Amino acid sequence: MPVTQYMLLSAFLFCTGVYGVLARRNGVLVLMSIELMLNAVNINLVAFSAQLNDAAGQVFALFVIAIAAAEVGVGLAIVLLIYRNRVGVNLDEIDLMKG
Amino acid sequence: MFLAATEAVTHAAEAGIAEKAWLIPLLPALSFFVILFFGKKLPKGGAESGILAVGASFALSVFVAIDWISNHAVVDQHWVWWHNGDFKITIGQHVDGLTAMMFVVVTFVSLMVHIYSTGYMHGDVRFTYFFAALSLFTASMLFMVLADNLLQLMVGWELVGLCSFMLIGHWFEEKNNSSAALKAFFTTRTGDVGLMLGIITLFFAAEHTFHIDTINKLALEHEIGHGVLVAGAVLLFLGVMGKSAQFPLHIWLPDAMAGPTPVSALIHAATMVVAGVYLVARVYGVFWEGFSIEAGGINWMALIAGITMIIAAALAFVQDDIKRVLAYSTVSQLGYMVAALSVGAWTAGVFHLFTHAFFKALLFLGSGSVIHAVHSNNMSEMGGLKKYMPTTFRTFVIGTLALAGIFPLAGFWSKDEILLGAMEGGYPYILILGLIGAFMTACYMGRCVFLTFFGEYRGHGHPHESPRSMTVPLILLAIPSVGIGLINATAFGIDNFTRWVAFHVPDVHEFHLEHHEFNPVLAIASLGVALAGLATAAMVYYWQTVPAGLRGATDRGGLRSLKTLLIEKYYLDHLFVDGVVGFIKGPLARATYWTNQKIIDGIVNAVGAGTRIIGRFTYDVLDQKGVDGIVNGIGVSASETGGVLRLVQSGRVQQYALMLFAAVGLLGLALIFFT
Repeated sequence: MPVTQYMLLSAFLFCTGVYGVLARRNGVLVLMSIELMLNAVNINLVAFSAQLNDAAGQVFALFVIAIAAAEVGVGLAIVLLIYRNRVGVNLDEIDLMKG
Repeated sequence: MFLAATEAVTHAAEAGIAEKAWLIPLLPALSFFVILFFGKKLPKGGAESGILAVGASFALSVFVAIDWISNHAVVDQHWVWWHNGDFKITIGQHVDGLTAMMFVVVTFVSLMVHIYSTGYMHGDVRFTYFFAALSLFTASMLFMVLADNLLQLMVGWELVGLCSFMLIGHWFEEKNNSSAALKAFFTTRTGDVGLMLGIITLFFAAEHTFHIDTINKLALEHEIGHGVLVAGAVLLFLGVMGKSAQFPLHIWLPDAMAGPTPVSALIHAATMVVAGVYLVARVYGVFWEGFSIEAGGINWMALIAGITMIIAAALAFVQDDIKRVLAYSTVSQLGYMVAALSVGAWTAGVFHLFTHAFFKALLFLGSGSVIHAVHSNNMSEMGGLKKYMPTTFRTFVIGTLALAGIFPLAGFWSKDEILLGAMEGGYPYILILGLIGAFMTACYMGRCVFLTFFGEYRGHGHPHESPRSMTVPLILLAIPSVGIGLINATAFGIDNFTRWVAFHVPDVHEFHLEHHEFNPVLAIASLGVALAGLATAAMVYYWQTVPAGLRGATDRGGLRSLKTLLIEKYYLDHLFVDGVVGFIKGPLARATYWTNQKIIDGIVNAVGAGTRIIGRFTYDVLDQKGVDGIVNGIGVSASETGGVLRLVQSGRVQQYALMLFAAVGLLGLALIFFT
């Protein structure tokens, strides 16, 4: 099975993720979209690992999964706190960092 | 320390104690600081420190002299004092017969004066200060004598001048005394200008060196042009005229009597005034060639010295103040010394300095003893003191006879040699003036003795003999005044002094000073005029048997104007005060004032105005517009940039992410298109 198939799947997932991050208003959905982008990268890493017969790619993928888990943990905690304080997670309304 | 590098040149293998000669001036200098800081706390108010230091210096001087007599080893060492580029200024010691002789004289007389002062100055308000200055005075003179170069010599010379100023003005509460101190200072200072210029001239003439031996050598070997030597000798002699009180700069010396009597003794016998004679003797090569002494005839130095001998002796006749008689006598005797050097009789001049130091110190201390007893300086308030003060009387008479040149006392031998030198050296007028001077010396000293010690007491109160601290130095000084001349008793074939103290420049062989055979006719002539002088004085002032025709002659006609002239001191003070000082005070001061007001003030004002303009420009343009502009500009531009950039920072995370991805996309496109 040629590697291009995997790359197409990966590109599709990544683009879906980018769309979700940029366009969705809901903070939870944005976090999920980030997960999509990370997993798109993971598919690429694993595919090339098999293609080139090199275990390094798979090791990278494992690291990314671990870090993604941590990132989601922190991200969900932030979203939860924002929801509690402001009753809503609409990202357009959250501009505390405005200069 | 200045002892950074040592360059020692010793002309003989063994120099022994003479190499430690630098201790001789150092000890009194240390004593000066000890007295200055701790004097008031010492039991004797600092006097013991001075006596101890000067006594130790005297002992060392005697050892150095003995060492010199037995070895004849010249010590000529110097150490680098400071560097000036490649040029080294050195400080050194030069020990030969002349130095050793001066050491002995200065320390001995100074020691006597120190001891005497403990009695004379007892209870003085500034007793401690007096002894501090006395120590410094001695140290300065010794430092000057030790010098191997002219610069160091000048340092000592000026220190001596300073100390004499301090001591002459010791009782400065009285206006007269502080004026006298200032007069001494300024008059010698006038000569010192010449000295300084002379030293500079010789420095450049002698291939950039201050070293005295080298300068003498170059002068005697005709390595220095004659014109430059004449200039150098004349300029140096100006300094000598000031310091050694030669006509017409002698005017300060009689006024210097304002100081305490022990100081007068020190100034007149061992320090200060003999510094000038010492300078001539030390740099004799320059004077020998500069004034063409060998040629005989008339030279400037001999002329000045001859005039000084006679006019000072004449002035001594009309003085009532006993110290002033002695002061003019000193001026006259200094004239003899300089005259001896100016006729080529080097040894005679130095020998006269040597003998004169003892009997002149004796006479001054004796007069101090008298003044102490009668509380007055005036001989008109003395008289008949012979029976009240036997010790003072006897020693004073010894001093008088020595000064008058009576055989076989000290003054006879040295004065005789001077006259001999003048005769043999081709200076007949010095011989004649010298003989007249000898007559006058004997005469005014006779007058002084008869007025003071004989006749009836004319003062107030009850005179008494002075304490032992004062009479013992008198006796100790009377001994050499009698006997010291015998070390060069040429009549008996003794010429120790000539062999011990000689003018010698290393490596110059063709130069020899002549030593003349004793001349009995001349000796008898000089003794004769001295006795005649004493006899004249005795006739007028003791027996008072003036021939009828001459009685009251000094109040009539020509003699009266002569007397007035003498009392007015030849009007020299008027000349200096009204002429020189008046000129300076009058037109010169006005000219200076005008220059000051118009030119210097103008320059100052212009500079001020210019500075204001520059300052205004700096403030308005450079500071306000330039520097402030730059600073404000930076601030404003930072603020403006921030204003633009804050639009970007919306606080919306998705907007940031959009920018991020857009940038990544653009970079990706760039990567594709440009590689």
